[in-house]
Amino acid sequence: MMLQQKHLLGLEGYPAEDIQTIIDTGFKFREVLDRPIKKVPSLQGVTIVNLFFENSTRTRISFELAQKRLSADTVNFSATSSSLKKGESFKDTAQNIEAMKIDAVVMRHPTPGAPKHLTEFIDSVVINAGDGTHEHPTQAILDMMSLHEKFGKLQGLKIGILGDISHSRVALSNIYGLLIMGAEVTLCGPPNLIPSFIKELGVNVNYNVDEVIEWADALNVLRIQRERMGLGLVASVREYRAMFGITQERLDRHKKEIVIMHPGPMNRGVEIDGSVADGDQAIILNQVLNGVASRMAILYLLCGGKSNEEKES
Amino acid sequence: MKIEKVAENLVLKNGTIIDPFNRTTFSGDVWVQDGKIAGVGDVNAPSDAMIMDCTEKVITHGFCDVHVHFREPGREDKETLKTGSLSAMAGGFTRVCVMPNTNPPLDSPESINFIREKASDCPIHIHPIGAVTKTQGGNDLTEMGLMHQEGAVAFSDDGLPIQDGAMMRIALEYATLMDVPIINHAEDEGLRAKGVMHEGIVSNLLGLPGNPDLAESAMVHRDLELAEFTGARLHVPHVSSGKAVNHIRTMKAKNEKVTSEVTPHHLFFNDEALRSFNTNLKVAPPIRTENDRKVLIEAVKDGTIDCIATDHAPHSMEDKETTFDLASFGMIGLESCFGAVKKVLVDEEGMSIEDVIGLLTVKPRDIMGFESDLFSIGQEAEITVLDPNVEWTFGREHVQSRSKNSPYYGKTLNGKVVATIARDHISRN
Repeated sequence: MMLQQKHLLGLEGYPAEDIQTIIDTGFKFREVLDRPIKKVPSLQGVTIVNLFFENSTRTRISFELAQKRLSADTVNFSATSSSLKKGESFKDTAQNIEAMKIDAVVMRHPTPGAPKHLTEFIDSVVINAGDGTHEHPTQAILDMMSLHEKFGKLQGLKIGILGDISHSRVALSNIYGLLIMGAEVTLCGPPNLIPSFIKELGVNVNYNVDEVIEWADALNVLRIQRERMGLGLVASVREYRAMFGITQERLDRHKKEIVIMHPGPMNRGVEIDGSVADGDQAIILNQVLNGVASRMAILYLLCGGKSNEEKES
Repeated sequence: MKIEKVAENLVLKNGTIIDPFNRTTFSGDVWVQDGKIAGVGDVNAPSDAMIMDCTEKVITHGFCDVHVHFREPGREDKETLKTGSLSAMAGGFTRVCVMPNTNPPLDSPESINFIREKASDCPIHIHPIGAVTKTQGGNDLTEMGLMHQEGAVAFSDDGLPIQDGAMMRIALEYATLMDVPIINHAEDEGLRAKGVMHEGIVSNLLGLPGNPDLAESAMVHRDLELAEFTGARLHVPHVSSGKAVNHIRTMKAKNEKVTSEVTPHHLFFNDEALRSFNTNLKVAPPIRTENDRKVLIEAVKDGTIDCIATDHAPHSMEDKETTFDLASFGMIGLESCFGAVKKVLVDEEGMSIEDVIGLLTVKPRDIMGFESDLFSIGQEAEITVLDPNVEWTFGREHVQSRSKNSPYYGKTLNGKVVATIARDHISRN
């Protein structure tokens, strides 16, 4: 029941059966998380380094918790890319850490391709926790797990992704994953924040958020980064909210109840109203819980699978 | 690669002689005496002449590259005029023009003179291209007249496109005084923004910032109009996009003073190759789509593009073995040039080997005003000997450059340089 690829670098071209295996395994670990004692010995003796070259709170905590629940030994390494630019090279950092005898690296990095680059320097399993504006595969898997939980399937679902698609690794990994699993995807957001050629991948693009709400089974609302404002990409909060915000008032206009998702962290009152985020249609906190469960599944499937006898021999 | 002085009498025996100047191909020998052409075809060399058997080989003019970076002065750890010369000879080149983006840049008569003096010890001919503006800053014209007198053969702020249209106009107007080409790396900096590869579906999928073809074609269009307006000679370097080709084709129909070049890598690769995140494929302008590649090939065939130039750009491992955003732009290209170009243009696209050799010899020499009738008696010998039909796999062992940043490793090329003769030296690969 192991996975076909040694690393999890992205979902582009990832086998559908492996995504399903991860989701199925994730549901088993969900049961563990509901127990009073939320710990299993599956990864005892396995050492995992969380290598974060970019700030992250929830992804890092989610990975750390997943590792601890599986009884793995974990080390955290945080470095901003600017300090890296000054001194030690990426290659040196990677090789130094591996020299300390580790089994897996969970890496976040601001540059697309950095995790793939890492696999050229080290032998350990590499899990991509977000590489710039490229991919964030574990986020997409937890999103798909949450959709599966809600609808019982992924095949044939209609999923809208709303926001700054151009600068979103969450969007790209979701697109790959959902298409592989047979869902339909429509992208929505300001036209200047949707990649010019993305339609070639087989997704729909519709700039009208109300039409997308009418069409979709679920809508994944992306964070609109405040850094984008003032760069001529988004004129103002007021403008964005009026054109693309998932407000209570906008949702109330539609008779159909769609599922609302958000990868966090949210800007309440910008891309999503607080009442929507806290409302019945939202599965945002399920996503967070499934994040731990699905990351346990990924770590277990990539780093584990050995019986204790094998480890000792 | 071995390099030594040419014997007093050397006969390249029994080869296929391709004379790209007279557009003739015939069997025979080439006799070199005291470093000069003494006979071509049936020759009467002395009996003690050194013989180099060229059976099934092609004997032709030494190649000329109008666009290389030899990094001296300033980054001698990446390349020097001397190591660059060896790299050139390995690729069959006997004459190159070096770009001025050194440190300090070649923006004064004194710095042009420095290159001329240093180059006099090198086994090939090296001509400096002067900067258009002081410090390549884009604001202040250099002493172009004095630099021309010291040996600058063209002017360019390569790597730093001249953004200000008025500055470009002034440069073109002034260059008419010397009748030398202005070479402008055409990229609108605003449109290019932070792009590190061609903007298209592949950049969208990799999450890498894209550089649209418009960044090139918009500025090429501006430069073409300015060239027509001023009557100056404009040379468009490393054309990468179909859109720029269309502008050049239209303007060349009415302005014969426009010339252009294409690199081997823009003919050989397309942006799908970037999926590997191989930083050796990070170049400026970027490698574009398969469709652009096809248009470039058509443009070479119909003469819209005049010549091949490598844009040989050496970088250290440290500058390339890093993440994609931090990696430097550029690849080396002299050693792999002929095998790559011959494979694409002759084997895959059906051009004649004579025409392809013309793109590497007569055409670039004509752009720069160099002598191109190289097989006339008494000419200094600049000769390249080729094995035209050998398949080979490019590897690090073929690289003579001080830098190793090539994306061709492991690629099958077709056609190989056997020997190169220049400035009384012969190199054998």
